[in-house]
Amino acid sequence: MQKTIAKFEVSYLQILDETGKIDSNLMPKLSNDDIKKLYELMVITRIADDKALKLQRQGRIGTYAESKGQEASQVGSAYALKKEDFVFPSFRELGMFVTRNFPLEQYYQYFGWDERGNKIPENQNIFPIAIPVGTQTIHAVGFALGIKLKKEKKTVITYFGDGATSEGDFHEAMNFAGVFQLPLVFLCQNNQYAISVPRSLQSHSETLAQKAIAYGFDGIQVDGNDIFAVYKATSEALEKARQGKGPTLIECLTYRMGNHTTADDASRYRTEKEVKEWQKKDPIDRLKKYMQAKKLWSESYEKEITKKAEELVNKAVEKAESLGIPPVEDMFKYMFKEMPPELKEQLEELKNE
Amino acid sequence: MTVMNMVEALNSALKNEMQSDKTVLVLGEDVGVDGGVFRVTNNLLKQFGPERVFDTPLAESGIVGTSIGLSVNGFKPVAEIQFDGFVHPAFDQLISHASRIRNRSRGRFSCPLVVRSPYGGGIKALEHHSEAMETVYVHTPGLKVVIPSSPYNAKGLLISAIRDPDPVIFLEPKKVYRAIKEEVPEKSYTIPLGKANIVQEGSDLTIISFGSMIKTCKEALEQINYSIELIDLQTLYPLDTETIINSVQKTGRCVIVHEAPKTAGIGAEIIARINEKALLSLEAPVERVTGFDTIIPLGKREDDYLPNIKRIKKAVEKVMNF
Ligand SMILES: Cc1ncc(C[n+]2csc(CCOP(=O)(O)OP(=O)(O)O)c2C)c(N)n1
Repeated sequence: MQKTIAKFEVSYLQILDETGKIDSNLMPKLSNDDIKKLYELMVITRIADDKALKLQRQGRIGTYAESKGQEASQVGSAYALKKEDFVFPSFRELGMFVTRNFPLEQYYQYFGWDERGNKIPENQNIFPIAIPVGTQTIHAVGFALGIKLKKEKKTVITYFGDGATSEGDFHEAMNFAGVFQLPLVFLCQNNQYAISVPRSLQSHSETLAQKAIAYGFDGIQVDGNDIFAVYKATSEALEKARQGKGPTLIECLTYRMGNHTTADDASRYRTEKEVKEWQKKDPIDRLKKYMQAKKLWSESYEKEITKKAEELVNKAVEKAESLGIPPVEDMFKYMFKEMPPELKEQLEELKNE
Repeated sequence: MTVMNMVEALNSALKNEMQSDKTVLVLGEDVGVDGGVFRVTNNLLKQFGPERVFDTPLAESGIVGTSIGLSVNGFKPVAEIQFDGFVHPAFDQLISHASRIRNRSRGRFSCPLVVRSPYGGGIKALEHHSEAMETVYVHTPGLKVVIPSSPYNAKGLLISAIRDPDPVIFLEPKKVYRAIKEEVPEKSYTIPLGKANIVQEGSDLTIISFGSMIKTCKEALEQINYSIELIDLQTLYPLDTETIINSVQKTGRCVIVHEAPKTAGIGAEIIARINEKALLSLEAPVERVTGFDTIIPLGKREDDYLPNIKRIKKAVEKVMNF
């Protein structure tokens, strides 16, 4: 005997298309103020990102991973979070940080060679940036398991890229999350590249969303440049998690408009034509078109919010650059709660140089 | 002869070996079209095609595990791990398998693979991009560990590593990837593994180092008025005990310089060997100039962590004036 015992489908969600039109049946509940807020957060993100790029070119910060083009994925998902929810990010999440009101100066400080920037303020539920690809996903699992054991109503979201879905840690995280039915959202920003390696070489799967199926939970692909779709999918996944109905994988189809980092030269592996095609799908332009039609946008509004964003960013940079060099003790101080004798001796040696 | 930096010399070594041995393959993240993030594999894809040079999915355990399988099946994989800190996902494959397969199979199978990775600090990189983890590999029975210091020895050592019948961890000091240029033959040549290089002969004191620290030591020597013998280990396992002992027996004084943390660094092993074989030749205790038992800091404080000329000079004075 041979028969089909399981069949699966993967759905794709787009609400706001490239021309700025929405599918009103799918539109999530968002007030005009919410929509303006989403737009403003994306604008701040883009301006802050562009500033970081400039600072790097001037030698004022170090290697930097650009977020341009991914603002809707980052802002839309973070906007769906409640304050008590916990985030486990990787290194390309500026929009999430902006949305959560993270002190922007710390972001510049961190990419400006200073560990203190990665000290998340006490009142913010964000784990420090994880540079080793995919490793944070399994920490999110542990944190979510803790929430479940404590019977809290919080949820966890972890951010990662398409490349990360190849790492063993990612698969272990997905499996654990499924087995333990955790209040966790896996948010994949599929920006089409892991440095030079295109998505098609990263996995033979048609979608990344479908990876969830193998682990026994839902995966959905969304237009990651459509902030309404990202917001809706994330809100629903978080709500499901809060109700104890387990994890969700969200694959945001987006595009890294810039280089992988400031150390990269994307022209080595992709065409200008491809970049131009994606430019047409820009997440900010798209929302702007929608807002224009709804009379939520005007030239003066744009000027005003741009000016505000620039002021915010410039102030953050000024602050970051005023913070100086961390004290040399810091190198030793955070290794353990109690400094062991070896370290005390080594610190003395260094100070006496 | 052509003037090359270390990146170009390594690229040239790979080309030579791929030309002369069809079983040599290059794999890793971004080694194909991109030519590696530091360009060590630049143009290899063009020259040798996608069956011999290929990008893998982003998975280090996968890269090393696959290399093990390939090597057992008659290939000579040269796997690139993009940065120091990213070998760690592949530890299990290296430590539980690559290093043990010859022993486990009583010689029936072996793993003649090379794992290349940029190594060490000094370029003000992001976290996990500056570690010096050599001791971990040295402490793993069954792995050979090579760290070049210049374009010339990088090429000769890499060719030897590829030809070696056992797994070799080849760590490339990224601080001097482009900082040193020297004449390097275009044609193939080897520098034997397990042999140190006496960079400069001397009679007062022996400095033992390797990797990017050789450049720092040389700079320090310009400011030191003693007759110093500078030894570049080149291979950390197997360690060239003979060269070390002969030198220390001659000079009676020794300073060891490495950027890895002090505790259980290779310096400790060298001191133990001196202790075993040349204790009575010593005129003074051996000094170590090393990194600290801390995480290497980000750029703003990186220079405070790495051994520098001042610390080397101070150690030399201390030993000379004991
Ligand atoms: C474990 C590990 N391996 C390699 C790297 C080097 N590296 C940094 S980012 C990156 C590509 C990541 O691609 P993806 O997950 O798609 O995220 P993106 O950078 O595109 O946001 C690589 C290979 C790393 N940081 N960590």
